[in-house]
Amino acid sequence: MYEFEFVRPGSVAEAIKALGEDEAQPLSGGQTLIPTLKQRLAMPSKLVSLTGIAEMQGITASGDGVSVGGATCHADVAADGTIPALSALAGGIGDPAVRNRGTIGGSLANNDPAACYPAAALGLGATIKTNKREIAADDYFVGLFETALDEGEIVTAVTFPKPEAANYQKFEQPASRFALVGVFVAKTGGGVRVAVTGASEGGVFRWSAAEEALAKDFSASALDGMAPDADGMMSDLHGTAAYRAHLVGVLTRRAVAAC
Amino acid sequence: MPKDGGPNGGIGASTTRREDVRFLSGTGNYTDDINIRGQAYVHFLRSDVAHGRLNKVDTSEAAKMPGVVRIFTGADFEGIGGLPCGWCVTDKHGQPMQEPAHPVLAQGKVRHVGDPIAAVVAETPEQARDAAEMIELDIEELPAVIDMKAALEDGAPKVHDDLTSNLCYDWGFVEENKDAVAKAFDEAAHVTTLELRNQRLVANPMEPRVAIGDFNRATGDHTLYTTSQNPHVIRLLMGAFVLGIPEHKLRVVAPDVGGGFGTKIFHYAEEAFCTFAAKAVNRPVKWTSSRSEAFISDAHGRDHVTTIQLALDKDNNFTALRTDTHANMGAYLSTFAPSVPTWLHGTLMAGNYKTPLIYVNVKAVFTNTVPVDAYRGAGRPEATFQLERVIDKAARELGVDPVELRRQNFITEFPYATPVAVEYDTGDYHGTMDVLESMIDRAGFDARRKESEARGKLRGLGVNCYIEACGIAPSNLVGQLGARAGLYESATVRVNATGGIVVMTGSHSHGQGHETTFPQVIAEMIGIDASMVEIEHGDTDKAPMGMGTYGSRSIAVGGSAMVRAAEKVINKAKKIAAHLLEASEADIELADGQFSVAGTDKAVAWGDVCLAAYVPHNYPLEEIEPGLEETAFYDPANFTYPSGAYACEVEVDPDTGKVEILSFAAADDFGNIINPMIVDGQVHGGIGQGIGQALLESCVYDEDGQLLSASYMDYAMPRASDVPFYAVDHSSQTPCTHNPLGVKGCGEAGAIGSPPAIVNAVVDALRSGGHDIYHVDMPVSPSRVWAAMQG
Repeated sequence: MYEFEFVRPGSVAEAIKALGEDEAQPLSGGQTLIPTLKQRLAMPSKLVSLTGIAEMQGITASGDGVSVGGATCHADVAADGTIPALSALAGGIGDPAVRNRGTIGGSLANNDPAACYPAAALGLGATIKTNKREIAADDYFVGLFETALDEGEIVTAVTFPKPEAANYQKFEQPASRFALVGVFVAKTGGGVRVAVTGASEGGVFRWSAAEEALAKDFSASALDGMAPDADGMMSDLHGTAAYRAHLVGVLTRRAVAAC
Repeated sequence: MPKDGGPNGGIGASTTRREDVRFLSGTGNYTDDINIRGQAYVHFLRSDVAHGRLNKVDTSEAAKMPGVVRIFTGADFEGIGGLPCGWCVTDKHGQPMQEPAHPVLAQGKVRHVGDPIAAVVAETPEQARDAAEMIELDIEELPAVIDMKAALEDGAPKVHDDLTSNLCYDWGFVEENKDAVAKAFDEAAHVTTLELRNQRLVANPMEPRVAIGDFNRATGDHTLYTTSQNPHVIRLLMGAFVLGIPEHKLRVVAPDVGGGFGTKIFHYAEEAFCTFAAKAVNRPVKWTSSRSEAFISDAHGRDHVTTIQLALDKDNNFTALRTDTHANMGAYLSTFAPSVPTWLHGTLMAGNYKTPLIYVNVKAVFTNTVPVDAYRGAGRPEATFQLERVIDKAARELGVDPVELRRQNFITEFPYATPVAVEYDTGDYHGTMDVLESMIDRAGFDARRKESEARGKLRGLGVNCYIEACGIAPSNLVGQLGARAGLYESATVRVNATGGIVVMTGSHSHGQGHETTFPQVIAEMIGIDASMVEIEHGDTDKAPMGMGTYGSRSIAVGGSAMVRAAEKVINKAKKIAAHLLEASEADIELADGQFSVAGTDKAVAWGDVCLAAYVPHNYPLEEIEPGLEETAFYDPANFTYPSGAYACEVEVDPDTGKVEILSFAAADDFGNIINPMIVDGQVHGGIGQGIGQALLESCVYDEDGQLLSASYMDYAMPRASDVPFYAVDHSSQTPCTHNPLGVKGCGEAGAIGSPPAIVNAVVDALRSGGHDIYHVDMPVSPSRVWAAMQG
């Protein structure tokens, strides 16, 4: 690590002010940023911790969904249960240490292409609330580690509408246990949504062909023989593009069957 | 000797490990826990390219950074010895291997990612790292050789410019058998051929390496604290061959060590550097490896590419075996690297079978990768894997039962001289297989397979045998084979005046439980409670000499040295007792901690004899010296040959290729056993590492020599959820015939025996699903299995 200043503001307004300085960087649960700093791959002058901001903490359930504060850790979401598929997804991230430090806002702001939360946000059609605006999930995820967030903009809360049924299937990369492929399927009043993480070179995406097939017939057999095109899928030590494309089909069918 | 341990916690008792009190309560004393007043910290600047010419290493700006004490480069080590190789292999033409220089800090060239170029000594670790980033490097990048076969092609870039090629040696064993083996293949009724890779692994002990150098200006004494499996060996290699420090001025201490698995056997550049720098800057110098640094600086393991062929006659008897292996040495020769693919591998190719003709060819190759050396099993897992896999393939090709094919070819008479130059003293391979078969309900397998199929899964059963050569090793034999050291062990048994005992052993304990098991042996011999015995190890100032802990040698060699020293102590104590009891020495018997005169009720307690030795008022001073302390060196007459039969059941998910291990059974013959619980633990750990190799672990370089699996994000270690509950049985016991305890060693068995069982089971499962597959390379990852199923 290089040396840096550390501040832990108590409000969103104070955090935004602190982030206005050159080379300042927000720090949430630190599950990606701290290892990056230890490797000396980042050199912020100041870290602005978001974990001391009461208004960004906690989970509020309403009749039609749930709102999760941006600095809420995965373990809290896992324990909530308002949307079982969302809680199950949070309970499957990393290990207990990760789940008790890592936050939903941090995960969505980082937008790791193999992270689980982007699949839930896109799959459920969440709304990402920031200090400036509300962004629909469909507009939020831009590419690998890229989001619609501006410099100095932070995720203050995420609201998830409650689906009629939903399920997340994750096939773990054997080393990191991130998603080699993860598929979130949700049946909502507005239609069927299928969000895929871990697979694409462009990050999380909606598998529209599967959504269309499932809209007509919400059953695993409606997807028989279907898989997305392997072009544009990631290929690495743990799986080829063809394998990942195949897994998207398998996991989507399993998620539908489990809904 | 009794096998129940008796009331004293002697041989056969499953005593809980006394060292666990400090390990589990956070009160161990590991090398990184040692901090010496005034110590400075070193950071190594390492190459980030696999192969390059060092045109310039400019430290002038870096030297001005805050806290810098001194910066060292290769130039500071000119004229100083490089890291020595402890074993010289002679090739099939009778020529010695090619042996390149291995400088402490790179000179002229860098040869792998991680090769140390410069070392910054500073007041804090952060300052050392800051300054290292300011060192100006001009490295002319050269084409790297990563693939072994490409490295041997004409015109391939040379890792070492002064060698004739990248070939370290071309070894033929037994060269005289080559033609007879070829003839047997020509005459065979059936030949099975299998090509496979035994992938490169990173050892990953829980504790990363640490070295602290200290120098006393007043006395001229050097001390090195290091994470080593054999501090005496480090003292000898570093003192005599690198830094020119006589052994009486050099102390090496390896305190609590958090796992070694082979990779802490070797003498490393960082140890020599810290010892050298401590004198140069007149301050203690400390280095602590990060986990990232360990991936590119700890010696790796395995990395063999092999073609093996088995010839059988019309009755399915094995008639000949031929194997051709490329073994990766990496960029330099690590301490024992040349011995691993040769004498620890070729000599094991007979396995448990009476194959009359065997020929082993090994080409050892230099590449621009981290050096490769012994890793749990060291050569023997590579031998076992290829042999047991080719037998399995032969059984499937011939349509015969894999267990029956093995049984038909088992060696049944002992001693047995193999065609690969070793003599097995004892074993009962049918008996051990009987134990295994009693554990695994083979008859019920078909029903279990049907149940799996009903759930859409493919179930497979894999069975294999193994043999290993442990208790390393007879010095005169290994000397003939190229070892540059003897492989005996020493022990001093010091009896204190009030009867308590300290044993100073050259065996080092870093997970094996010696502090518990060695006292059990003494307790058994004297009939005192094991709690009266303490073990000292890991300090060259304490034990007389030590060749260390590897090759499952501690109890077989170090334990035998301790027994010999204890026998000397007991013989002397009997003389004292005879004096005290006014009896003839020949009539003195020792039992239950008491010396008695045979046939009488006259007796004297162990403690009273010990006290007499140190307060010799009533003592035969004219015949024997006071005191009660003896030393013995033990050089084994042969290797020991633990063996076993393992079985694994797996389920493969045909949709994803994921393999789940449902059960694992291990039947081992370790000869006599000192502490059954600790043996269970050793087997469990070994199987865990075998599961890691079979299903998960893989060290992968890209074609430019960058390590792709350089952290736990990509290098998959086995976790608790990856392993089943093991069934372990070591009731099949044929005691070793040539050491006093009849022990064989158990530390590596699990890692040697388990990978073929798992791969055999996966192949069995896939074939049951109609896939015409005979082999899947390790790690048998979901993506590999799925790709294999696609044909």
